[in-house]
Amino acid sequence: MTAKLVTLHANDNVLICCQQLEASEQISINGQDYELLEAIDLGHKVAKASINKGEQIIRYGVPIGSATQNINVGEHVHIHNMKSDYIPSHTRQSRVGEQ
Amino acid sequence: MKGYLRSDGRKGIRNVVVIAYLVECAHHVAKTIVSHTNDPDVQLIGFPGCYPNDYSLQMMKSLCTHPNVGGVVLVSLGCEGFNREDLEKTIKESGRPVETLVIQKAGGTTSTIEQGVTHAKAILESAQQLEPVNMSISELVIGTICGGSDGTSGISANPAVGVCFDRLIEQDATCIFEETGELIGCEHIMEERAETPELGQKLLQCVEKAEKYYTKMGYGSFAPGNAEGGLTTQEEKSMGAYAKSGASLINGIIIPGELPSKKGLFLMDVVPDGEPTFGFPNISDNAEIVEMIASGCHLTLFTTGRGSVVGSAISPVIKICANPHTYRNLSDDMDINAGTVIEGIKSVEEVGQEIFDLVVEVSRGKESKSEALGHKEFILTYKHFDSNQANNANTEFSPACGA
Repeated sequence: MTAKLVTLHANDNVLICCQQLEASEQISINGQDYELLEAIDLGHKVAKASINKGEQIIRYGVPIGSATQNINVGEHVHIHNMKSDYIPSHTRQSRVGEQ
Repeated sequence: MKGYLRSDGRKGIRNVVVIAYLVECAHHVAKTIVSHTNDPDVQLIGFPGCYPNDYSLQMMKSLCTHPNVGGVVLVSLGCEGFNREDLEKTIKESGRPVETLVIQKAGGTTSTIEQGVTHAKAILESAQQLEPVNMSISELVIGTICGGSDGTSGISANPAVGVCFDRLIEQDATCIFEETGELIGCEHIMEERAETPELGQKLLQCVEKAEKYYTKMGYGSFAPGNAEGGLTTQEEKSMGAYAKSGASLINGIIIPGELPSKKGLFLMDVVPDGEPTFGFPNISDNAEIVEMIASGCHLTLFTTGRGSVVGSAISPVIKICANPHTYRNLSDDMDINAGTVIEGIKSVEEVGQEIFDLVVEVSRGKESKSEALGHKEFILTYKHFDSNQANNANTEFSPACGA
């Protein structure tokens, strides 16, 4: 059976989604239950801890960028609330993470 | 395992004849020679530009004398800047049969195609006379790239390739990973894996160069599909990409077209030297695959999360799919399903062993999926490396069409 969310490294503050999760689905993080506010796709990140604006996002035990706003446990962590500390990312519509 | 022994001592796992156009103006003629010859071992490569470029000349020399190549037909328009004489000389010196056709002297399209088909068939026949000899895993050079990465790549396909790389290096093979723009953020952990402290410094400089270059270009090595697949930042993508290199010591840095000086694990520095001149370092995945081949790779391990279908001329491509949904959607194009790791069915080590076993099978002649489907993509563009420049300081410039 597939785990819904996996921790890749003990120091991580995000979990990785290993199966498609639907909005309002119940997920369990550190023994606490949370309700997902939105659908989360395979390979996307969910906050494992509450993360303050400016705090680093840790995956694989290393920083992969920083939060652009406060993020609650169980929230989707992506281009809307974090940015690169190196080079801005872009989507087909726009660049993100630029000042 | 059997291989085709070449005069420089390297052995090929394929024995193909390449038809190479030396400017876009000769593309159609070269392509038609390939289609009329109609043999999977006669393949198209080429360079579209009319202006001379030391990097692309060096790349074409390396590609035309790759151990998987048994003979060459060069197709020139006649007035382009590409140094066809120098390329032909290098191929001849390697002991391979080569013919050069100059369309302006050969009577135009129809006549050049006819002559090209005759030459291609004759060279193929002569190349096929070569009896393969015994070859061992230690003689293999294997490259890896990723394309269409997503949030699953760094936890399934890429670390599985890393396991395969570690096994290959244990057996004394040579492995190459690349795309320094996709190592931005990993430079310090990579430095710790350098064989010597001096190499560690060079690894740092290499990634620093990439960061500067991509910052000037205005985009990192990050496509919209990466974000749709759950990757948010360059450094997150980098950490996943870096996993392809495994855990072995890093023994050196090479530039595209340069052969590793010894066995072991090498980083290819794909980012040009100096200020950005010709645009993005590699405009698409096949540009990376071609550089791997030019540095001697017998085959390339291509990991993908979002999905890719490409193969390559000259050397087979093995595709490893990171994402189980993508695998189900594109299974005819995928050689290995690493999505099984995401679904908890297999371990990274098990998939790494599967990749290793397939490397051996494809080296023994089994067709990879992209080979069987006829994928033979090829792209080569302009670049500048200081060390290419040194070899060809006297190249005279002859500008495009109007001249």
